[in-house]
Amino acid sequence: MTTQKEAYDIAVIGGGNAALCAAMTAAEAGARVLILETAPKPYRGGNSRHTRNFRCMHGAPLGPLIEKYSEDEYLEDLLKVTGGKTDERLARLAIRTSEECLPWMEEHGVRFQPSLSGTLSLARTNAFFMGGGKSLVNAYYRTAAALGVDVLYQAAVTHLELNGDQIEWVDYTYEGQSHRITPKAVIVAAGGFQADTDWLTRAWGAPAKNFLIRGTPYNRGVVLADLLDQSVESVGDPTQCHAVAIDGRAPKFDGGIVTRLDCVPFSIVVNKNAERFYDEGEDVWPKRYAIWGRLVAAQPDQVGYVIIDAKSLNLFMPSVFPPLKADTLEELAGMMDLPADKLEATVSEFNEACGDTSGFHPTELDGVTTSGLTPPKTNWARPITDPPFYGYSLRTGVTFTYLGLKVDDTAQCSTPDGKIKNLWAAGETMAGSILGQGYLAGFGMTIGTVFGRIAGREAAAYAN
Amino acid sequence: MQTDLFQEARRQAEICNACRYCEGYCSVFPSLHAERAFSDGDITQLANLCHNCRGCYYACQYTAPHEFDLNLPKALAEVRRDTWESFAWPQPLARRFHTHGGAIALALVIGFAVMFWAIRAVGSSGGEGFYAVLSHNAMVAIFAPAFLLPLFSLAISLRRYWAEVGGKPIQLSDLTAAFKRAGKMQDLAAGHGEGCNFEDEDRFSQGRRHIHHAIMYGFLLCFASTSVATIMHYGFALHAPYGFWSLPKLFGVSGGILLTVGCGAMVFLKQKSDRELGDPSAWGGEIGFVLLLGFVGLSGLVLYVLGSTDLMPALLAIHLGSVLTFFLLMPYTKMVHGFYRLAALIRDAQRKRELSVGC
Repeated sequence: MTTQKEAYDIAVIGGGNAALCAAMTAAEAGARVLILETAPKPYRGGNSRHTRNFRCMHGAPLGPLIEKYSEDEYLEDLLKVTGGKTDERLARLAIRTSEECLPWMEEHGVRFQPSLSGTLSLARTNAFFMGGGKSLVNAYYRTAAALGVDVLYQAAVTHLELNGDQIEWVDYTYEGQSHRITPKAVIVAAGGFQADTDWLTRAWGAPAKNFLIRGTPYNRGVVLADLLDQSVESVGDPTQCHAVAIDGRAPKFDGGIVTRLDCVPFSIVVNKNAERFYDEGEDVWPKRYAIWGRLVAAQPDQVGYVIIDAKSLNLFMPSVFPPLKADTLEELAGMMDLPADKLEATVSEFNEACGDTSGFHPTELDGVTTSGLTPPKTNWARPITDPPFYGYSLRTGVTFTYLGLKVDDTAQCSTPDGKIKNLWAAGETMAGSILGQGYLAGFGMTIGTVFGRIAGREAAAYAN
Repeated sequence: MQTDLFQEARRQAEICNACRYCEGYCSVFPSLHAERAFSDGDITQLANLCHNCRGCYYACQYTAPHEFDLNLPKALAEVRRDTWESFAWPQPLARRFHTHGGAIALALVIGFAVMFWAIRAVGSSGGEGFYAVLSHNAMVAIFAPAFLLPLFSLAISLRRYWAEVGGKPIQLSDLTAAFKRAGKMQDLAAGHGEGCNFEDEDRFSQGRRHIHHAIMYGFLLCFASTSVATIMHYGFALHAPYGFWSLPKLFGVSGGILLTVGCGAMVFLKQKSDRELGDPSAWGGEIGFVLLLGFVGLSGLVLYVLGSTDLMPALLAIHLGSVLTFFLLMPYTKMVHGFYRLAALIRDAQRKRELSVGC
């Protein structure tokens, strides 16, 4: 065990958006800051690498954002997805502060671009990073370095020693050795625990072994578990994670945005027994992909199979891997290892239940529905008849976990006995305080930026 | 064409098409996102639209060690060179100079030798200045074909390119749009105008763009100098040598300085860049070409400065030898990139025009 040679005022644990916002803010306030990032440099930035935009309130056009997006409308959008499981005070704080964040982000090197093709619905509410989240992370690391922030990559924090109402020291391993530092203040911005499959399996049950992790393999929740073991207060449902249905061929970790599949509304989806199990046309895909994450998780082997025909191939965003393609359903069933006669029966039963398809409209709820079928398909129900037929597999992809550290509106952590005077948390680690369930596009970056800056400011004020 | 290079670029383009985060950077991505499947013609067009600014590489969440192993700047650079080689005419010359700086150096020596031989064998027919060393008629006899043959070869290559990428009849607006982008090198500036990621990983810098401006405008000034002189010679019977305050000299000296400084700076900058984000096998050919171009500028300047000394005949042979080599190798070296980029930008302007008409 070595002890530090250089005295840092603040240790920031984690290396993504929230950690960097905290580190830059603290450094600007005069603090000596060390970032301990567990990932190697090419994978730095946690799940922020995979993000693409920032949901931002604005009273008038702001940067790339058009028209206006009020605090109340923003909150309403949030409450719709969380089903009311939201700390409204913290949520309003995040929303209200988001407006001043956008120019701050630009000052710290982030550049925005017009809403991406295929995402026009977000042009008013979400500011897109030019080049995506990794370019944001790159810009912040450059700015942080210019501010004198030190960064250690592959520095894995193993323990924070909590003694009464303060963190005494931080243990981490780096280059094969254990190290101990005693910063005046600590900011935890180390994400959730979704990459720890054992933990996920304990929380969710055995099916979680078959889940794919959409983001970084480095969010193993080591610091979170360490703090929870020491009775630091938590928030969020420990058994839940945000999961969506993604391409079944995606890598186990880090598949990110490209593994999404938008074809479900134009398909039928069957399980490994070639049986349908849910209304594929219930709503537009962005409102349903999270539900499908759970639906697929409930199927045998946690896998689903999407079947479309030639007339639907160009109705959705291109997939990262080309679909399986066959001239007959029998052949497609063979490629997907599905019982062929059963698949043909399921498709023909579906086709017979389809009615008038003249009102088909791919981008709105068109009411083109099946009749007398269980489960029904209530929109976009067109018979699957035109070869070639295409198939995709679907698996459950975990985006993030809800369990986190409970914070107050200064991002400070606490135990049942009261506040911990030198511990703050920001980003996914504490997002459960605001997002009890569901997810709102671009809100993770809002929480990270707002609470990262608050944590940096508060920790620096304490350390100074 | 090398199918493996196209296949790799296609694999990467399909991943990019499912991501789209880089849409704001340059002309490549909007063009890429307009397709669902990529023919060889599409890949050819994307490769020649790419200016290798590398912004997309450093922004990419899927670069190695990620298993997707994206390196689009490299994949497109390799395809780009392959298309230049494949479309070049005549073929036997095509596959040598892009990858071999040594071949360019050898050609340069031959260029020197030809000029020394011409001076010795043909000599002057009593002209003034440079023409006292080699007659105007002899220079025309050497350089008119040395200029026109490569242009003819390039025309054949560009026709092949145009057919491959499905180009349509060109409208004036296509040309103005393309020349505007090229004139400002917008595709080396990223969408936010702050330059490219070249000499220091993900740091945005205008270094490469400004240096490229120096080379491009330096070259065009030198070319303008020769063109103006030709017009003065034949149109107005105003024969060289010209004084300093004449258009040929003003263009030539300023162009020569820009070209020399620009090429030197470009070689310096390239040394600092990551070769693995370009076409590594073309490294020698690219450096050889930039040095040749810089040598054309430098030898011209030296000739101007020492033109009234005894060294003049030798310097003239060296300068003209480098010019001769430069022109003859034009269709087979990195020099073609300018023509192909322009063609790709014209084709891209057509694509955008077709799109807006379609709406």
